[in-house]
Formats: sequence, C-alpha cells, structure tokens
Amino acid sequence: MRLLDVEVGTWVKVIGFEGTEKFQDRLLQHGLYPGDQARILRAAPLNGPLLVEVSGRELALGRAVAQKILVENVE
Amino acid sequence: MRFALVGRPNCGKSTLFNQVAGYKAETGNFHGTTVNFTESKVRVVGDVINLVDLPGTYTLAGSNPAEAVAKNYLASNEVDVIINVADASHLAQSLELTLELLAVKRPVVLALNMMDEAMRMGLKVDGPGLEKRLGIKVVPLIASKGRGVKGLFLASKDAVDVHPEYGLRFSAFEDEALARHIAGQELAAEFVHQGERNLTLRDRLDDVLLHPIWGYATLLLILLAFFQVVYGIGRLLEPPLLAFFDRLMFVAAAPLGPLSFWGVVVSGILQGVTAGIAIVLPYLLPFLLGLGLLEDVGYLPRVAFLMDSLMHRIGLHGKAIVPFILGYGCNVPAVMSTRTLEEPRDRLMAAALATLVPCAARLAVVFGLVAFYLGPLPALGLYIFNLFVIALTGRLLTRLLPEDTPGLILEMPPYRTPTLRAVFNKAWFRIREFVVEAWPTLIAGSGVLAILSYFNLAIYFNLLARPFTWILGLPSVVGVPLIFGILRKELSLVMLGQALGTMNFGSVMTPAQIFTFTVFVMFYVPCVATLIMLRRELGTKGMLWITLLTVVVALAAALVARGAALLLL
Repeated sequence: MRLLDVEVGTWVKVIGFEGTEKFQDRLLQHGLYPGDQARILRAAPLNGPLLVEVSGRELALGRAVAQKILVENVE
Repeated sequence: MRFALVGRPNCGKSTLFNQVAGYKAETGNFHGTTVNFTESKVRVVGDVINLVDLPGTYTLAGSNPAEAVAKNYLASNEVDVIINVADASHLAQSLELTLELLAVKRPVVLALNMMDEAMRMGLKVDGPGLEKRLGIKVVPLIASKGRGVKGLFLASKDAVDVHPEYGLRFSAFEDEALARHIAGQELAAEFVHQGERNLTLRDRLDDVLLHPIWGYATLLLILLAFFQVVYGIGRLLEPPLLAFFDRLMFVAAAPLGPLSFWGVVVSGILQGVTAGIAIVLPYLLPFLLGLGLLEDVGYLPRVAFLMDSLMHRIGLHGKAIVPFILGYGCNVPAVMSTRTLEEPRDRLMAAALATLVPCAARLAVVFGLVAFYLGPLPALGLYIFNLFVIALTGRLLTRLLPEDTPGLILEMPPYRTPTLRAVFNKAWFRIREFVVEAWPTLIAGSGVLAILSYFNLAIYFNLLARPFTWILGLPSVVGVPLIFGILRKELSLVMLGQALGTMNFGSVMTPAQIFTFTVFVMFYVPCVATLIMLRRELGTKGMLWITLLTVVVALAAALVARGAALLLL
C-alpha cells in the first residue's frame, strides 16, 4: 500500500521508499524513517499536498512524494 | 573564544542568535565555497565571544556540500564549543543530530530550546538524566523569551577545554542514519514523558487556515492586508524622499552649472543614490519586515501548502510561491527569497518567473500610461495578461528544464509569536546585502549614463533599441526611456516626456502604441538592482540567461499586445 492511498486519520506504518537515493535521503533528513507511524491529517484540494503527522511533527508532502512511500496497516 | 550554534531548521537557533547578537553581525562564506554563515561578537557574562550561526541542518553526513563544510569546520580547532540547539518538543529527531555532533569529538553543550512549547504539549523532559547519559551539559532554554540564555553561555564557557570522552562511545553512530534515528527514539522514550496533552491552538488555527475554502479566503485577506500595509508605507515615504533628492540634486548641480559636464555627472551619481534609497526605504524595508513577520509566525509554510498544486502547473512547487508574492512589491527581495529552494533548477525557474512579476515601479508605469490614457479596464486586463504570460513561460521552461524532484517535502512548524527583534535583525541582514552589493553598481551605472547623455551619446540608444521599437511599431525616440528604465523602471515613464517632447503622450502616441510600449516595459530586462541580485544568487550565467529570456518574452508579449490592441482599440 502507498501513503497516497491511505484515508485521512488512519495510522499506518512506513515500510519503505521508492525513488532515487537523493530523494530517499531527503525524506530521512526530514525525519521520515521506515518503521515510523504516520497518519494523514488533511489534504489540500485540487491534488495538492498531504499534511502528514510523523512522531509528533507535521510534514507537507506532495502527492507524487506520498506515492513513493510504502506503508502497511497497524493493528 | 568561539562558539558555534548548530541545530535543525526551525529549532529556534536563529532566534537565539538574534537575541544575543548585536547588529554588527557579519555574513561570510566558508573558504572556497558559497556556503555562508553569520558571525557576531557577543558580550555575555563579562566576556566577548565570537558566536557563529551555522545554517540549519538535519544532518552532518548528507549529500549537501554545506553539511560537509559545516562538519569540517566544527571538527577544526577554530570552534571552542559547539552549542547544539535542540527542539525540546521534538527531542527524538533533534537528538539524532546531537549524536552526530558527539562523534565530532569537540566540546558540546546541548540547549533544550522551546521548553515552553514542550510543556504546553504535556511533555516532561528529564534534563539531568539526559546529561548523565550523554556525558555533556544539558541546559533548558526558551530563546524566544530570552530565558536560559545566560545559563547556556555560562555552561558553554565551562565546557571549553573539557575534552570529552563520550566521543568514542557514540562514534559508532557516525555513518549510520538509521542507527541514530533509533537511538534518538530510545533516548527520547527514556527521558521524555508524555503527560496530559491539550488540544493546541495550532490544531484549531490550521482547521481554518488550511481549510479547502476558508484557507484560501484567509490567504487572500492576509495578502491583501500585507500589500495594503507595505504599499501604504511605500506611498507615504516615496514622494517626500524623491522631492528631497530632487532638491538636493538641484542644489548640488547649480554651482557647477546644471548643464556643465560636472553638473551632469554629479546629478547622475545623485540619481543613483536616490534610486537606491527609493528602493530600500519604501519597498525593501517594509516588504522584508512583512516577510519576516509572516515567516516567524509560521504562516509561509501554510501558504506553500495551499499553493503547491497551482505552482506545479507552472513547473515549480509550493515553496516557490514566496518570490512571486514579493515580486509585486519589488523584484529584489523576490530574487533573494529564491535562496530557500533546495534545487538549483527550482531557484533558476523561480527567479526567472519572479522577475516577470510587475513590481511597484512597473505598477506606476501601468497607471501612468494604460490606466490614464486607456482606462482602468485595460490596466486590469494587463495584470491578468501578465499572469497568463508567466504561466505560459513556466510551462515552456519546464519543457527545457523538467522537474527532477517528485515534489514538496516541507516541515510544517507550529505557530509562534514572533519577536520584533528577530524580525528586524533578519530584515537588516537582507537589506545590508542589497546596500553593499547592488547600490554601488547602481550609482556607477547612473554616472555612466549621465556621461553618455552629456556627450549626446544617449541618442544612440534609440539606434540600439531600434530593432525592437521598429518591430513593435513604436516611435524610435522611446529607445532612451527604455534603456534608462533598466536603471529604475519608473524612469521609462519619467523619461518618456523628455523623449517625446510633451507630457501629453496621447497626442503623439496612438492608444495601440501606448499599450504595446507598456507591455514591453512590463517584461523586458529586470532593473539593475534586480540584475545584481540575480548575479549574486545564480551567477553571471544565470543572470544573462534570465535577461535574454525576459527580452524574448517581452518581445513576444508586446507583439501579441500590438495585434490585440489593433483589433480592439
């Protein structure tokens, strides 16, 4: 599953990223790591970015970015 | 003694720096690089300390050259103590950088900043426990209110020459981002306890400010208020300033003979001085203060969030909205603000498109020509046409320079109460850049133009501009106002009277000509001050490239305008 497909408010666990190494590094630098729990707080209209909560912080991620983040459900 | 401030972006490091630094701070580059830092002499508890503010960084081990430079600098003996500013409300992430700093094997003091924020979130941080575990001094801090600053500097002085043994214990983390991440989480889990959390003001504010409808409505209102206030200040300041300098020019040139060589040179140079002041005081200062305020409150990332989707349509992402907003006031701060974009390609694109945004000076030309002779509707149409041209140029540029990043990744900081001091200091640093870099060139350029016009060489400008004026069906005498317009955009209007020999432009130019001329002025070559900032931010090549682009765009847009005007007017 991809972060883009997750419904607003549902907690998921990040399991990995796709894309270039440089792109993955940027996600790591912004504090998004495999194993972290995340949820979408809100989405901007017209295919705008998603506001994502990760370990108490909020990150705005473009949809193409969220498309490259692989997640799984948490029980 | 030299202390260096290191921390993640948004940790309040610059707030701390601005609290203690005087206005004497110097911006410099690391030797042989474009990575810059700010240094200031600070008088604290009886000592004078050189305090270095390094750019905010998430890691020392990243691919970014700035991070490598910062790491080498910290490891050198030039720095006596590293002050690591951490965001206590997000300690797990902040500690990752701390672990990396420990591996540098220099004295480190950890400042837990934003303790007030952490308390509001119900977090209890066990400072002494952390101190024991890390083996370094840990100090609480609320930089925005100036609390704990003295204690931090006292602790830092004590840390000088205390050669740490912890280095070995933590050096295993040096190359392992994931290991640091896990260790940071573990440390935070052990030393930070979550108490009762109250629903914050932030959640409630964001419900409105990021709302799909109300978010845009408030954005519009905030921008309107922003422009109303800063334009208002500009309009209040500009006329008396210009009147004063006109008078000064008259007084200075009179004894030399206003038409003598030296009279002309002196008034030319004063013209350049005036241009600088007429940019800095009415436009640059209020705009940069306003920007600093929006920045420190934490609103700008929200604007980026709201505008991201629109900006993608012209090949940029949300963070690039700031240069566009500023461009309507003055292109100089607009170009400066492209610095916040990470990718060189995005910086070039944003700067190129932002220079096409009509600044306040070009607004004066639009008002003086199109609105005055043709009415308010064509003037409004011109602004809409301008947006259209920018969007089209953005799309075409994206063909040449495809977007190479998937999109926006931006931390959304909590809202904060800005301190006046931090806002003023920030504006001052940016203005000083303009004064030091751009102003001298502006003055020299004015002098040269004055000499050229003294020897009647200025008429050759008409020849130089003839290919453009010919193709656009404009009288050849408008060449001189166009060239002078590069110095200061409103000179295109001011000099037009002189060139045409009458202030009633309607009697010598047809409505179609007036319209075409204004469209050309709206887009062609940025003013000298903007050119110099472009060169500073993008290098000579980038500056020339953008200049060429604006000429092509101006010509194409003016031809379209000429066709439309012939049909409609």
